[in-house]
Amino acid sequence: MKYVFEFRNQNLTRAIARKISQVAEKIGREVRLMEVCGTHAMAILKFGIKELLPPNVKLVSGPGCPVCVTPDEYIDLACTYARDGFLVATFGDMMRVPGSNTSLIREKSKGRKIKVVYSPMDALELARSLPMERVVFLGIGFETTAPGVAASISAAEEMGIKNFMVLCGHKLIPPAMRVLVEDPRVRIDGFLCPGHVSAIIGSRPYEFLVKNYGIPCVVAGFEPVDILQSINLLLSQISSKKIKVENEYTRVVTPDGNLKAKQLMEKVFNISDSQWRGIGVIKDSGLIISDKYSLWDIQARFPVKVSSSPEDRGCRCGEVLQGLIEPEDCALFGDPCNPYNPFGPCMVSTEGACNIHYRFGHKEDKIEAGN
Amino acid sequence: MKQVIRLAHGNGGKLTQELIRNVFFPCFNNSFLAPLSDSAVFKLNGTEVAFTTDSYVIKPIFFPGGDIGKLSVSGTVNDLAVMGAKPLFISCSLIIEEGLPLSTLKKIIWSIQETAIKSGVKVITGDTKVVEKGSGDSIFINTAGIGVVSSEIKLGFDRIEVGDRIIISGTIGDHSIAVLSQREELGFGESVSSDCAPLYELVEKLKPYWKDIKFMRDPTRGGIAGILNEIVQGRNFGIELWEREIPLKEETMAICELLGIDPLYLANEGKIIFFVNEKNANEIVEVLRNHPLGEKANVVGEVVAGPPGKVYLETIIGTKRVLDMLVEDQLPRIC
Repeated sequence: MKYVFEFRNQNLTRAIARKISQVAEKIGREVRLMEVCGTHAMAILKFGIKELLPPNVKLVSGPGCPVCVTPDEYIDLACTYARDGFLVATFGDMMRVPGSNTSLIREKSKGRKIKVVYSPMDALELARSLPMERVVFLGIGFETTAPGVAASISAAEEMGIKNFMVLCGHKLIPPAMRVLVEDPRVRIDGFLCPGHVSAIIGSRPYEFLVKNYGIPCVVAGFEPVDILQSINLLLSQISSKKIKVENEYTRVVTPDGNLKAKQLMEKVFNISDSQWRGIGVIKDSGLIISDKYSLWDIQARFPVKVSSSPEDRGCRCGEVLQGLIEPEDCALFGDPCNPYNPFGPCMVSTEGACNIHYRFGHKEDKIEAGN
Repeated sequence: MKQVIRLAHGNGGKLTQELIRNVFFPCFNNSFLAPLSDSAVFKLNGTEVAFTTDSYVIKPIFFPGGDIGKLSVSGTVNDLAVMGAKPLFISCSLIIEEGLPLSTLKKIIWSIQETAIKSGVKVITGDTKVVEKGSGDSIFINTAGIGVVSSEIKLGFDRIEVGDRIIISGTIGDHSIAVLSQREELGFGESVSSDCAPLYELVEKLKPYWKDIKFMRDPTRGGIAGILNEIVQGRNFGIELWEREIPLKEETMAICELLGIDPLYLANEGKIIFFVNEKNANEIVEVLRNHPLGEKANVVGEVVAGPPGKVYLETIIGTKRVLDMLVEDQLPRIC
């Protein structure tokens, strides 16, 4: 299959891995590279890429799983709207994410109208076909999903569909990267920048990380060759001290990104501060629906207040999301917290670091495999 | 929280195993109930007989490469075939939702008969129930099958040894992808056909090698990852699976890549996994490849000493990782 097989070539991966070992040896000290994106985290474990890296190169997962960073309050709001008789349309991943004391799947089992859809356009179609229902779509995700939601709101305006609304919880990646590099507890020597997000925003938005913080950035694709080559580029930057934003994923990502998608987002959304689960409020890191489109903003049309007081579940998702600990370092990991019985969102979402670590390699297995 | 049955309890993965172990097995406990076999085997007047049953709730009921009728015969006779039993007779019980067009029912019934002829079985008993509109979903079918186990074939976990080779009889994941493609919200059209087919012919063709075959399973729900995990659990050997060697149609792979689905967990309805002697593995593959149902057969892994009880995948780039059982349903109602 074109654009897949070439990037899973064993000889090529081995050759890049050898190159990585050479550069890493030259650097000598421990190098911590963060993959911001959940899809990267999954590819790294699925393809066993860590096995090819020298011991002084550490890959750390970041906050790039949209479901995981969605705070309790958002889930509580969604459940409140469901209880109030709205038809909640959502991506499937959100169903099992725990709020303060309930989840969408629990609300559904009580008979609330909650439906899994594959895209915001499906939710719009649902609203069109059910004019008596008030449909609310849960707009979560980063720059990757936000344009689609913007398009659905714009289409709702054009088609005059007023029983479609969005609970907007979209977040922006670069501001979160800034918070991470400013946090002295999180030691990051370089970023594998998210390929999908970058397809929309381009590679330029990471330049402040180079200019203000001297952090190497490489926009990476999702195949083994992409990821290894991106690690190689990051290490070469560190070794040569020539820090810059590089784009490994040129077959998809351009410096300026997808202009049409960006225009749509600008048209429909404004930038605001946003609450990230486990991290707190990050300045200018969220999207809200602009006043012009307030008719499709459920929080503007039907404002409700929830008082969210997250139970202390002993879950350390917040630290996992910032790369402060590995999922296995959490005392709950595996038993009792696992995908059948998730305590936190990182174990729920298939892009969550805990879920990925559980599925693709438990700690004891890694030790055995090393024998 | 009150425990309820979830869709994942029916996907052949960990929760299904738990249900069998914790609910069914302790209750029905008897020496014929082997939790990991596709059929029960018992002696009747000196003849070894295999007996099995299965229900079919697939949605949609017609899909590229088959329909619920063809599936309900193939699935059951395949459960007999992998026990080394020649299928002889099946039963056919229908649960029909009020409103199903008679022409649709006729189409399904003829498909059942056509597949029965192909499988060498006769439908000799049946039942029909009709439920109110909304209490079912067009049609559900249950079939039970009975077959005679040849004395020349000896299958069992206890025969599996380190060094044995694992063979799959063809491309994986096609059934699930064919069904999924038909679900309206995705609209991939008919790019992949289901592999749904009765397989006893294939087993019979291997007759000269029966002594070398140690174990067989048809990797339906849970896919090859699920089945291999079931086999290895609690045993004193491990399994290594070679991703590079696993036959996969390009179209199936493309859809899997698009949707982020792992074909190793997808259901097959016309494939067999064989555990065979290392010595004759390649010859067995050759025999399979000479049959239309086994054209893409390949050796895909081996039984290893350790780590015991685990399946490891050698990935396409040559690294190794654990291959666990399926956690949540990838796709409900595919069989």
